[in-house]
Amino acid sequence: MKDFGFTISKGRSLDLDNLQQDRVDKLLELVPSYKLCIGCGGCTASCSAAGFTDFNIRRIHTSFLRARYDDLDKQLQKCMLCGKCTLVCPRGVNTRALIINMRRILAGVDSVTVNEEKGVVL
Amino acid sequence: MQKRFWNEYQKEIADDHFFYERSCIRQTFFPGSEAAFLRIVRDELGKDICDNPHQHTCTGIGYHSDVVPFETTMTVVARLFSLMTECGYENYVPSCVTSFGVFSEVIEKWENDPKLMEQARQFLWEATKREFKIPKNIAHPSDVIYKFRFDLKPKMKYQLVNRFTGKPLRVVEHIGCHYAKIFPERGIGKAEFPYVLAGMIEAWGGTVVDYPERRHCCGFGFRQYLVQENRGYSIANTKKKFQSMEPYEPDFILTNCPGCNMFLDKWQYTISEMEHKTYDKEGFGIPVLTYEELTGLLLGYDPWQLGLQLHQVQSEPLLNKIGIAYNPDEKYKGISGRLLQRPERPSCLRVFN
Repeated sequence: MKDFGFTISKGRSLDLDNLQQDRVDKLLELVPSYKLCIGCGGCTASCSAAGFTDFNIRRIHTSFLRARYDDLDKQLQKCMLCGKCTLVCPRGVNTRALIINMRRILAGVDSVTVNEEKGVVL
Repeated sequence: MQKRFWNEYQKEIADDHFFYERSCIRQTFFPGSEAAFLRIVRDELGKDICDNPHQHTCTGIGYHSDVVPFETTMTVVARLFSLMTECGYENYVPSCVTSFGVFSEVIEKWENDPKLMEQARQFLWEATKREFKIPKNIAHPSDVIYKFRFDLKPKMKYQLVNRFTGKPLRVVEHIGCHYAKIFPERGIGKAEFPYVLAGMIEAWGGTVVDYPERRHCCGFGFRQYLVQENRGYSIANTKKKFQSMEPYEPDFILTNCPGCNMFLDKWQYTISEMEHKTYDKEGFGIPVLTYEELTGLLLGYDPWQLGLQLHQVQSEPLLNKIGIAYNPDEKYKGISGRLLQRPERPSCLRVFN
């Protein structure tokens, strides 16, 4: 590749034709309550990890829905799985199951998933 | 009803006696375009057009890059108007879309704040002892060709039809932001339905490709381009357009503005070198023509006299599709007939000869 002294900047707009929608579909299948999220940010406000890091559940939700996976796996590792977000959610979204399944989907771990209703499924 | 509303989207274009103002960069990158326009207006349309040798920059590039203040710009514009006044003309035709935008902006400001115009008169007088009148009509050269597109059609040797399939050529048109986005009422079709290039394409047998990013910027943007480190942002815009138009398989791109023409043409080379990607099936790239080059080609002018060999994306595939005759041996010969240097071959983008 020739060096022109610059690179082609990545656009921030969503390319709906090339989204990896299968990951989102899988997450919605495992955690159906995810569809109920209204993006109020209660989870983020009550998050213990957010007090010490830049962890932001609402931003992670949005990024995952938009199939923007860059750096998402690192962000997800900051969650302590304490479950406070699940308690405060006004819509009953199982946010802890959401986090665990996001981690697994991004890591490509298909054999073990955590189902919202059935718990850990081997 | 439709006709009545469409009338509101038209602009007044003078009929004859034009004062032509050349562009700074067009004469370097597309040296045949301005000569072709003068030839079309004088020889094909029989109109009077003045090509004054004392003209100069409009400061547009410096102005939009924040290195030339507005007071300087309007004084330079005033000097250009004084040349027109001195020659006895009232219809101003600036070759460049940036100049067109600059003149529109200066006049708009003068109309809203007459003190500014008096200031420009004073500056011009103090510096040069010259005076000026505001043009009665300002039209871009593409407006002039658009106005006379049906007069030119019977004189044309070729149509925008693929001679192998008999189907109209698919053309991407790009009018340039400064043509109708700053002062919409000064562009044909305004900003909503810009029709100046589309009108030519449809009149001459082609079809216009209406792709999602049709109105997106070409990536020039002046201050986004001038600093080398910022060019990644510039080229990202151009890439976005190419990605959007690629599925429609356009035969060529028609441009209005020198900056758009340059970037849509030359960034294809840069993207191909960076990512080994071209946006046509054959790997030659999508040819980018100015409206003068297109008009000249269809009128039967020699492609090499129009300067098509100086484009980055070579036009032979398009010439073959239309059936335009050309001599490959003449491609890199100068006016004297002597063979000039052949350009270096790109590593990815395919070229003829």
